[in-house]
Amino acid sequence: MLRIDLDILQQWVPVNSRVLDLGCGDGTLLKSLAENRQIEGYGLEIDPDEITACIAQGVNVIEKDINEGLANFHDKSFDAVVMTYSMQALRRPDLVIDEMLRVGKECIVTFPNFGSIRTRAYLMLRGKMPVTKQLAYQWYDTPNIHFCTIRDFEELCIEKGIQVLHRETVSTHSPDQHLNVFWPNMFAETAIYHLAK
Amino acid sequence: MPELPDSSPPDIPDSLPLNSVGLVEPQVFEFEEPLELSCGRSLNAYRLVVETYGELNDKKSNAILICHALSGDHHAAGYHSANDTKVGWWDEYIGPGKPIDTTLFYVVSLNNLGGCHGSTGPCSINPDTDKPWGKDFPPLRIRDWVHSQARLADRLGIDQWAAVIGGSLGGMNAMRWSIEYPERVRHCAVIASATKLTAQNIAFNEIARRAIRSDAQFFDGDFLEQDAIPRDGLALARMIGHVTYLSDELMGERFGRELRSGSFQQGLEAPVEFQVESYLHHQGKRFAESFDANTYLLMTKILDYFDLAREYNNDPVEAFGHAQCKFLVVSFSSDWRFSPARSREIVDALIAANRDVVYTEVESTMGHDAFLLPNERYESVFRTYMLKVAQEC
Repeated sequence: MLRIDLDILQQWVPVNSRVLDLGCGDGTLLKSLAENRQIEGYGLEIDPDEITACIAQGVNVIEKDINEGLANFHDKSFDAVVMTYSMQALRRPDLVIDEMLRVGKECIVTFPNFGSIRTRAYLMLRGKMPVTKQLAYQWYDTPNIHFCTIRDFEELCIEKGIQVLHRETVSTHSPDQHLNVFWPNMFAETAIYHLAK
Repeated sequence: MPELPDSSPPDIPDSLPLNSVGLVEPQVFEFEEPLELSCGRSLNAYRLVVETYGELNDKKSNAILICHALSGDHHAAGYHSANDTKVGWWDEYIGPGKPIDTTLFYVVSLNNLGGCHGSTGPCSINPDTDKPWGKDFPPLRIRDWVHSQARLADRLGIDQWAAVIGGSLGGMNAMRWSIEYPERVRHCAVIASATKLTAQNIAFNEIARRAIRSDAQFFDGDFLEQDAIPRDGLALARMIGHVTYLSDELMGERFGRELRSGSFQQGLEAPVEFQVESYLHHQGKRFAESFDANTYLLMTKILDYFDLAREYNNDPVEAFGHAQCKFLVVSFSSDWRFSPARSREIVDALIAANRDVVYTEVESTMGHDAFLLPNERYESVFRTYMLKVAQEC
């Protein structure tokens, strides 16, 4: 089974399209998109073990640090550029999103919502940097250096004139799943954005 | 002229490593049908010296072609005799259980045309003059190799290679295959290579060539007739090449400022020799004993002239548009002769051409030579990729 954000975003990926996946991990999303949406895809990844896992899955993987930009890709050379759960680990997420929108006709971004009640409560009650099951790092060893909330992200989109084609927010916790519909920035664990410019 | 190894079966040695292809014997293939060359001339007949490892399966779908680099030859893996101390040049990666697994694949490795280890080249006799070709051997391009290798494939009954694999110059050879015979290649592995040489790279080659030409024993390329060998020139060419194949870091680690002989002690006047000097002289000497000067000139020219996209509007994307196979591209962080940037150019073109490609940039201090040497990451990537290739056989 796919991670929930990966499952949801697939509907926005056009059938038979060309997809670039930034921080593609072990290639699970690209493999699933190839099977379900008949896409031609490439993944960018820097972790050696993940790269080997991609090769074993038969996924096209390119060793590349996204922080260096995407200058080697032409404007609009992909139908969709996808980045799932990687944005918070980038040095300059805003610049990478600019690049994604340049290279892709459309973009899909998913990220953990740092505004969720669980992170807020963790920090407020314990007075410590939140450590969750999905983000199980200590403050000193985390690769995640740029967390944001849903509201932060939406403000960035307005500032940059980015069009939000679709948005889905999800939570895996049971009361939050219902409350998320009314107040996503408080109750969503993960945000999934479909963007264009 | 280099002699082929004795064709009588060698003794079975007591102990060879279990993951070695063991004792191997080169085979000679004679081709009588003329081969039209890129230069406009043709070779009426030629021979190729070949080694094979592993078994060709019934479907003939598990054949791998190994393309050698500048100074390589057909002897890619295993031993030529029981007391052979030197294994084939890519023994690290070819053998039972190794990335190019000889229990899964039928591996074909040849000495290319123009070579000096048994295949037709400048040391061979020109049938028109009954003398060695020497400097008159026709200039070759990589596509000439590809066509000669295609005939070898025909002879071996191989319609389609499971993979064509090469490092450095061999990587260029492999890429050319993917474009010249798209339907005959399923996978192409391009390791520490480039779509064309940079000016700096051509410069190093020209310095090496000048070293050879400047040797009084070169006799303007007719040294064989003079019964001479331009040893100094060859050794110098090899020394220059060797320095460029290693990294500063590796040379520092391996040799540092260690002395081979002499001393810096005050009051002593003993001549000093650094370890690195001694090493380079040894490499140069060994090379001069085994390599033909005209072949060296020919091979470096082949490298310099190669430009994958020349016939495709200078556009590598258009060139790769003709390929049908999947690609593995590997580079090494400390390789400054065929730097990762050159490999990334290959990868960018492949992506733009919508070809399947896997690319890794392996961390290594070994410089260009890294593609021949042990490296855990490189081995793991290579092995994983080749297992996928094997699954399709």
